[in-house]
Amino acid sequence: MKRTLKALVVACGAVVSAFGVGAGTTPAQAQGKTITLCWAAWDPANALVELSKDFTAKSGIGMKFEFVPWTNYADRFLNELNSHGSLCDLIIGDSQWIGGAAENGQYVKLNDFFKKEGISMDDYMPATVVGYSEWPKNTPNYWALPAMGDAVGWTYRKDWFARPDVQTDFKAKYGRDIGVPKTLAELRDIAQFFQGREIDGKKVYGASIYTERGSEGITMGVSNYLYDYGFKYDDPKKPYSMDGFVNSASAVKGLEAYKDLYKCCTPPGASNSYMSEGLDAFKSGQVALQMNFFAFFPGLYKDPNVGGDKIGFFVNPAGPAGQATQLGGQGISVVSYSKNQAEALQYIKWFSGGDVQKKWWALGGYSCAKSVLNDPSFPNSAPFAKEFLQSMGMVVDFWAEPSYAQLLQAEQKRVHDYVVADKGTAQEALDGLVKDWKAIFKEEGKKF
Amino acid sequence: MIPVPGSVHAMNELSASSRITYRAVRVRPGVARRIRGLSDKTLAWLFITPTIVLLLAINIFPLLWTIYLSFTNYRANRANVPTIWLGADWYQSILTDPDIWAAMQVTAHFVIWTVVIETVLGFGLAYLIDKKFRGHGLWTTIILLPMMLSPAVVGNFWTFLYQPQIGLFNYVVAFFTGRAASSFQMLGDVTLSPWAIVIVDAWMWTPYVMLICLAGLRSIPDYIYEAAEVDRASKWRQFWSITLPMALPFIMLAVLFRAIENFKMFDMVNLLTGGGPGSTTEVASITLKRAAFESWRTGYSSAFAIILFVTVFGLANIYVKALNKVKSR
Repeated sequence: MKRTLKALVVACGAVVSAFGVGAGTTPAQAQGKTITLCWAAWDPANALVELSKDFTAKSGIGMKFEFVPWTNYADRFLNELNSHGSLCDLIIGDSQWIGGAAENGQYVKLNDFFKKEGISMDDYMPATVVGYSEWPKNTPNYWALPAMGDAVGWTYRKDWFARPDVQTDFKAKYGRDIGVPKTLAELRDIAQFFQGREIDGKKVYGASIYTERGSEGITMGVSNYLYDYGFKYDDPKKPYSMDGFVNSASAVKGLEAYKDLYKCCTPPGASNSYMSEGLDAFKSGQVALQMNFFAFFPGLYKDPNVGGDKIGFFVNPAGPAGQATQLGGQGISVVSYSKNQAEALQYIKWFSGGDVQKKWWALGGYSCAKSVLNDPSFPNSAPFAKEFLQSMGMVVDFWAEPSYAQLLQAEQKRVHDYVVADKGTAQEALDGLVKDWKAIFKEEGKKF
Repeated sequence: MIPVPGSVHAMNELSASSRITYRAVRVRPGVARRIRGLSDKTLAWLFITPTIVLLLAINIFPLLWTIYLSFTNYRANRANVPTIWLGADWYQSILTDPDIWAAMQVTAHFVIWTVVIETVLGFGLAYLIDKKFRGHGLWTTIILLPMMLSPAVVGNFWTFLYQPQIGLFNYVVAFFTGRAASSFQMLGDVTLSPWAIVIVDAWMWTPYVMLICLAGLRSIPDYIYEAAEVDRASKWRQFWSITLPMALPFIMLAVLFRAIENFKMFDMVNLLTGGGPGSTTEVASITLKRAAFESWRTGYSSAFAIILFVTVFGLANIYVKALNKVKSR
């Protein structure tokens, strides 16, 4: 029995040391200098791993990466931030998180650091500064360095468009040449034209668009239509006043148009599609058009089956009220719970360097630095560079309020109910959305 | 040989076990004395204390804490905001929210249909397997395979099986009905998706019900059937008068387990449909997860969790009472 008790004591000691001492040991203490960067698991993340090798070589600080697939990205890292976890020293957090992260003290405010290191936000594209760094919006309070510019764009099958039979049939049906759509109406025609058509003995479909229900998919998709039709988040003169802006007659038409595109021209089973489903549909040669973020375009261009000469890129076409596109992308922030803030800030300083930004773009990341984007050679540096530049000039972002997740959930539900589940009318969906958003802002203590 | 109560064999077994118990009782005080004068009671407490502490720490305390939070405006992502006591506001708001009732209806549809299908099929399979035909062991193993898989795996591969263009399910339906395989989508259609999740759950958990029912069927002593045969009772009569009543407590137990489990179903449905299309398959636990870990309305979601807990606990208690009545018959 004594032996058993001894064994128990030893086992308890082992458990205590594993949980107690182990939990208090940071990577930096354990392995010299190592910091952890958290981001989504996607193509640009691989480019960042490659790029960061230069940082390690220069500073001697090791880099660890924590990449999570997009579908779990927000859940995983917001949990981490909300539980004051110190897993991430640096985080490339989504643009909408900035309000909550700033107000809840999860990100380190970078104004003093920028001033000390001579980093100026004037050196970055204005849309990315507002979208990724500032909270409150349009005030000089910076919580991140613009890291990865992104927006929703479109890809199309250039090789299909170039086929004589396609060109002839399209002209016969629509009375014009098939080409890159300039308007959403033209886009719909093209999508409808390809829907169910046989190409090389295979049935193909019109377009892959965002319809995902669980996270943010359908909102990121429908916004591209809503903005072009005149939807606005609130009255520019009276913040948070949404009646007649969110649910205006033109916004209703935009929502109807998106549903129409979903019903007429998407592949069967596309009721829950987001980024990866869009990529699958395009790469497998199922669709003629694909809505997706620019971040994926370098990878698609390199694809052996649909890349190269077979793929073309275009910006979100114009609608009746104008032309805009949904902002994607993220800024890089220092987590306030990090025990390695000095090293993390050192990384940000290094990342802001002009040469690093150039290499970042060359490796497949999207720089937000004017030194890269305003370079005369930039538009021709990649087949999608010109479109990216154009898109970044017309981006609009979702609410970045601390309650963004609730606001997003409400839109996901209302829009999916209408577009995919055929519940109610577009007017009812947007009226319901205004009602939900008002309730959320009321709970937040906003006055409107 | 199955020991019949009152037989010599059973008495021998009983007396043997009594001897063992008696010897064990005789030995215990000596052992206690040897361990530094600890009494039996102290020793017992020493052994169960870690379990009780663990139980208090990971079950009782969180439950009490959740009850407290359900009366406040607390949000886990805004620790710096002062916590305000709201009384029963959240409970009132939840119980009058049509979206919550819609989620409860979806849950009820899912629970009722899965339990009915799994019970009927599970009992049917158990009845067949109990007949001990050649190779019944192999068939039992094959039938049990789905329940051995992780719900995450099941959710993922059924997403592929339901895929309208390449999914096997659609092709099988197309083969039997003559409809084009891509003409319907199980997961994207508001009418079909509630049934799509029922089918997957039934596929996965019918073997579990079968296993419990099989245990029930095998617990029925052969001599009862032999007596029925002597009385020239038909097979049909034997089924209704012997098999079903004697297996009923087991069937009811399986129903209880499956109903509780499916009432809180999350992982599989989340992977299959994410609650969509729209909110067609948004079961209560998905609504709860969204409120708790996406909106971070901790107080609100605590109240909702308590409501769900009370519902399951209350229904389960009523059911257990009914089960006890059946057993005592």
